[in-house]
Amino acid sequence: MLQSRRTLSPTRHAMLSLGGAVTFFGIWYLAAYAQLAPPQFLPVPHEVLEKLVALMNTPFSGYTLQEHLLASLERFGMGFGLAVIIGIPLGLMMGWFRVLDEIISPLFNGLRFVPPIAWVPFAALWFGTGIGGPVLVIFTGAFPPCLINAYRGARYVDTNLIEAARTLGLSNTRIIAQVLFRAAMPSIVAGLRVSAGLAWMSLIGAELIVASSGIGYLLVKGQSALDASIVMAGMFAIGVVGVLIDIALRVFAKLLAAPSAA
Amino acid sequence: MSNIVFQNVSRTFQRDNKDFVALQDINLTVEDKEFVAIVGPSGCGKTTCMRMAAGLEFPTEGRVNVSGEVVKAPGPERAVVFQQFALFPWKTVHENIEFGLRAKGLSSGERKEIIGHYIRLMNLDGAENAYPNQLSGGMQQRVAIARAYSLDPNVLLMDEPFGALDAQTRVVMQEELVRLARVNPRTVLFITHAVDEAVYLADRVVVMTSRPGRIKEIINIKPIREAEGWDAHSKIEDVMDLSSFVHLRTHIWKSLRDEHDAMAMH
Repeated sequence: MLQSRRTLSPTRHAMLSLGGAVTFFGIWYLAAYAQLAPPQFLPVPHEVLEKLVALMNTPFSGYTLQEHLLASLERFGMGFGLAVIIGIPLGLMMGWFRVLDEIISPLFNGLRFVPPIAWVPFAALWFGTGIGGPVLVIFTGAFPPCLINAYRGARYVDTNLIEAARTLGLSNTRIIAQVLFRAAMPSIVAGLRVSAGLAWMSLIGAELIVASSGIGYLLVKGQSALDASIVMAGMFAIGVVGVLIDIALRVFAKLLAAPSAA
Repeated sequence: MSNIVFQNVSRTFQRDNKDFVALQDINLTVEDKEFVAIVGPSGCGKTTCMRMAAGLEFPTEGRVNVSGEVVKAPGPERAVVFQQFALFPWKTVHENIEFGLRAKGLSSGERKEIIGHYIRLMNLDGAENAYPNQLSGGMQQRVAIARAYSLDPNVLLMDEPFGALDAQTRVVMQEELVRLARVNPRTVLFITHAVDEAVYLADRVVVMTSRPGRIKEIINIKPIREAEGWDAHSKIEDVMDLSSFVHLRTHIWKSLRDEHDAMAMH
């Protein structure tokens, strides 16, 4: 079986990727031209692309596609940022102070199985259509990976390093900030990528219900207008932005790893 | 005046709800500027002795005093060199040595001077900006020793510092340590299971029994070393050839061997 996972040459890799895409769009075209579904539900790919360009130039539901995306990214940034600011220090502290671990872990483990989408009605009750609603929902999606990975990173830090730091005379605060945090970094960065992905996905869920702008809102409006090409163009934009966020975090992780990598 | 005093020290662990005596009635004083090595079979608690002096573990009974004060927590006045080097992988050689000096609150000028001094002393010139994973094991342990010395500690605690090194590197490091001990005499507690190393480096060698760990005998090396002129030889193999060295080594070796056999009988 290992044989089938052997590394491929770049050309072979490119050809296979291209082949996958060609097959996908080929089947799509065939299905659309065969009228397997009415055209307003199953548009052909180039119509979706045309719609995408049109949405970028003329406002739909109040804003252009970029403006919707920007509104979404702002909420994403706030929810994700909040999760990072709270989740990482809390995770590290839970890894360091056993008492804190004992207090928070049961509570956290109960709450983290409530999916972000289940927070939407609650968020709507509390915040209406204000920015607080989506931010809360995004936060619930982004928070667990931040906390769990910081916690794990802290728990599995080489005890030799902690003891070395203590014998060098470092205070607890310094050890948490300069040894624990730094040693847990690979785990934390891996958590950030998962967290950002979940945040972006939760955001769309939140905007489907509690927002008057944003990419999720655009999807709902497209659905009301019975225009599948708008919905699909929106979905495409969501995918592209998601990939871009992941790439940005991967670059960030590489930059962090660089000094000691060689 | 910096010394290490173990006073009626015992250490008991709980394992499967049963008490497990690791150390029993340890009475030992490492005098000011004295180099004492503890040898013993594995699991005899010799590392626990070092860890109690460091403040990383605590006695169940008795007490451990360093420079007249009861050890309550780790601190830079009791520097430790670990077997696994314990260097911070994200810090350069320079930054690793600097870490403890920063915590001490030294100014950047003072830090630079001290680091430069120990980099030269430990032959680390040119490696200042390397990361630990770019260095050999021997070089990494040089950094760890430089880091410990740079804190200007009252006592140095070394837990099998050369145990993870290959035989050739170990010999070089042992010679370096003897050289360092002459330039910069310190109160040292050195844990090892290598008898050669203990006899070569120490003023006194403490032999421990297997579980529970007790002091079996203490061999005074220093008078013999001075009388037989070991220090006239710069190479470890020349010292190891001397009959006085061979005699001491064989004596300690037999003493340890009895412990090993006693443990096998259980």
